[in-house]
Amino acid sequence: MSHSPTSPTNNHGSVKSYVTGLVLSLILTIIPFGVVMSGTLSVLTTIIVVAVTAVLQILVQLVMFMHMNTKADEGWNVMSFVFTLTILVLVVGGSLWIMQHLHLNMMIG
Amino acid sequence: MATDTLHHEGSADHHEHHDAAGTKLFGFWVYLMSDLVIFGSLFATYAVLMKGTAAGPTAADIFELPFVLVETFLLLFSSFTFGMGVLAMNAERLGQVKAWLAITFLLGAAFVGMEIYEFQHLIHEGYGPDKSAFLSSFFTLVGTHGLHVTFGLIWILVMLIQLYTKGLNDMTRPRILCLSLFWHFLDIVWICVFSFVYLMGVL
Repeated sequence: MSHSPTSPTNNHGSVKSYVTGLVLSLILTIIPFGVVMSGTLSVLTTIIVVAVTAVLQILVQLVMFMHMNTKADEGWNVMSFVFTLTILVLVVGGSLWIMQHLHLNMMIG
Repeated sequence: MATDTLHHEGSADHHEHHDAAGTKLFGFWVYLMSDLVIFGSLFATYAVLMKGTAAGPTAADIFELPFVLVETFLLLFSSFTFGMGVLAMNAERLGQVKAWLAITFLLGAAFVGMEIYEFQHLIHEGYGPDKSAFLSSFFTLVGTHGLHVTFGLIWILVMLIQLYTKGLNDMTRPRILCLSLFWHFLDIVWICVFSFVYLMGVL
């Protein structure tokens, strides 16, 4: 990439992709803050809105800002990311699951 | 024969350079993934301990959302300006690269400044990390992110100095690309922080 600075560099994005990423990120930030600060929706709906907009914004930034795609490095970027996600699900989900059970058992016992 | 070898060596060198930059970026990506696991562990710790307020303040008592929204905008815009810097680098515009990096630095510094103010304010109120398990895990999680941003700021300064002394070359380009990945990564971690710590905390 460093040897062909003038060639079209699709993998490094364009002004358009960065602006699109910025606008989408702004929208996906204002929605959850607005929902929580106005407090008009029920707690469960609010949690769902916050979680969904967070995941969407993460995807937007991964693609538009970090240019994660399946073509670069034969997909190893995505592969390692998916592997890391698996570890995260185990660590975060597992911790919550175990501690929740421990908490309940301590309360009853 | 001699020219053939030279030519061959030359092309091998050329190829190696190209590969080295790609390998460097991928290696840095793998580091970021391991960093993600660190943040994941800290998020899990926070999730487990967030109810342990030990008669101290709860999340809803101490979080100020308008303040967090401004922090979020600062970091988001700094991520965008860094992207503009990378585009300027691809277009061989050294002056613009320096300018965008400087703007990114200022936005990042403002973010760290606000976070230090928030922490200092909380500690001053008597809500330091020693108050409860909730506050310990909160300070550890958000503090680790803030520390990453601070190191990112130092890295931006180092790159600005290298841009002045060395300009854009095969050494500095991959470094700026790695730094851009690091900076965008920190913005993505911040999305999780404001969503799962601040927004869900005040519910």
